Amino acid sequence: MKKHKEGLYAREYALMLVLLLTAAALSICLGSVNLPLSDTLKSIFALITGGDVSDLGTAPAILSTRLPRAACVALTGAALSLSGAAMQGLLKNPLADGSTLGVSSGASLGAVAAIAFGLSVTSLPFAGTVVAAMVFAFASLLIILFLSYKLDCSLSTHTIILVGVIFSMFASSIISLLITFASGRIKQITFWTMGSLAGSSYENALLLLGAFLVFGGMIFFTARELNAFAVGEDNARTIGVNVKRVKLTVLICVSALIGVCVSIGGTIGFVGLVTPHIMRMITGPNHKRLLPASAMGGATFLLLSDLAARTLLSPLELPIGVVTSLVGAVVFVFVFYRSRRMG
Amino acid sequence: MLKANDLTVRYGALTVLDGVDFSVSPGQWLMILGPNGAGKSTIVNAVSQGVPYGGTISFNGTDIRRIKPTERAKCFGVLTQNHFVGYSFTVGEIVHLGRYAYRDRLFTAGTDDEAAVASALDATGMTPFRDKSVLTLSGGELQRAFLAQLFAQNPKLLILDEPTNHLDLVYQRQVFDLIGEWLSEPDRSVISVVHDLSLAKAYGTHALLLNGGNAVAFGTVDEVLTRERLHEVYSMDVFGWMNKMLGVWQEETE
Repeated sequence: MKKHKEGLYAREYALMLVLLLTAAALSICLGSVNLPLSDTLKSIFALITGGDVSDLGTAPAILSTRLPRAACVALTGAALSLSGAAMQGLLKNPLADGSTLGVSSGASLGAVAAIAFGLSVTSLPFAGTVVAAMVFAFASLLIILFLSYKLDCSLSTHTIILVGVIFSMFASSIISLLITFASGRIKQITFWTMGSLAGSSYENALLLLGAFLVFGGMIFFTARELNAFAVGEDNARTIGVNVKRVKLTVLICVSALIGVCVSIGGTIGFVGLVTPHIMRMITGPNHKRLLPASAMGGATFLLLSDLAARTLLSPLELPIGVVTSLVGAVVFVFVFYRSRRMG
Repeated sequence: MLKANDLTVRYGALTVLDGVDFSVSPGQWLMILGPNGAGKSTIVNAVSQGVPYGGTISFNGTDIRRIKPTERAKCFGVLTQNHFVGYSFTVGEIVHLGRYAYRDRLFTAGTDDEAAVASALDATGMTPFRDKSVLTLSGGELQRAFLAQLFAQNPKLLILDEPTNHLDLVYQRQVFDLIGEWLSEPDRSVISVVHDLSLAKAYGTHALLLNGGNAVAFGTVDEVLTRERLHEVYSMDVFGWMNKMLGVWQEETE
């Protein structure tokens, strides 16, 4: 009997890993100052082992900013893309992504409010926005679930999408209102709403890694249930999926991931929408294949976007969200058009 | 096997089902009949836990609300009317999902799964379609793919909501014969919602006739489908109409 394997094949993992590592190497080596790969590797080795770095010139200093940034970019890309893939499956809607739920706008609102009112934690200069974004992300999730439940106690996906979209609009209008009144900090706020991972620290990377391992891990664990949801919620119910529990688990995990991502890098659009789409064309809709592929693809895509944001108009740095949306839209149209024409 | 007591469903102020009782025992095929809006599909939704309801539904004496979803899936499976699939899953993947309740989280894909999927595909004639995308299937093929999923799920009771809706005569006969064959194994029963009274009479053992959310009659097919009762529920002479339809064919063949 033909064996039907569900997950990715080893060679597919290997190929995606090579692409991811290449993107990471490019992202670390290239920038306003380009470093040779050999120096980069030597410096990283020296950093890990605590060896002598005196003969490597400025490389270690440059790497101390580029390494955590690359880690944050890769993890953010992976988390956003994984969230998008999970939401597209859960809601059986290819136009969904992490921001459909409204949590992303909620988190932005928190960050923008922190910037506008100058909230900060005294010992940690950036922590004000990060903490505010996370608190608002969590509060948004509670509000959205509460409103959805009040409207419809079976928590149907239509209700959740509707409430999410309304909440997003509401949050966005308050952000606009804050921007109107806080004109002095408009540049800072705009940069936030467009997304940027400049100035990422190792602490940020650790926070992202922790969130990815815990919440991303739980999403990977629901791959089979997501397959059932992608076929249809009624079908999921009849084959024995605990529909309400899975829905809540995925929504909470996605919100947590989005909350952490927005709190560190601002709102970065298009990654969560486009990457799972492109990956689905390659791997098919089975989430056992789609979820890992989306995570790795998202990391690769965001690393390259960040590289473009830093280098295209160097020394001017573009907000990363602008690059992802520009590149994402073009790539998406191209891929979509080709796949349609080839049937 | 399955027993519903005082089953009531309300959407806001609207009562869609009002205190309906019915039951089905092993070997029986219960047909749920009635005009549009009688509450037929609502019964299916209530049993599959898709809508909140009052009253109790029990399976072999246990309230189905107390049965874990995976265990419930082993008791009964539901074939719904709507099979819109948004993504291009293969027929094999759809049928495999039917084994969800039997799979351990850590030890996936046992040999039983493969055997069950293969025999379900075989029974429904879908083996040649195994690696085809569901988006390329016709309505009848799609219906059979989901029937194969239901067979792979291997429940004791099949609940079918208008299983041959939109299907041509050949498929109607295929699907009903398939289900009849499935029912011939011991300790199995079927509940199906149908519009076609002839199908109900030909294949069903028992019938539940609904009108406006109330049970008009419940019993064996012959007890329930009497001329007077059908006239009352459908506000027309159903027997006369059926005989007239049949007459058309008899005249042609003679």
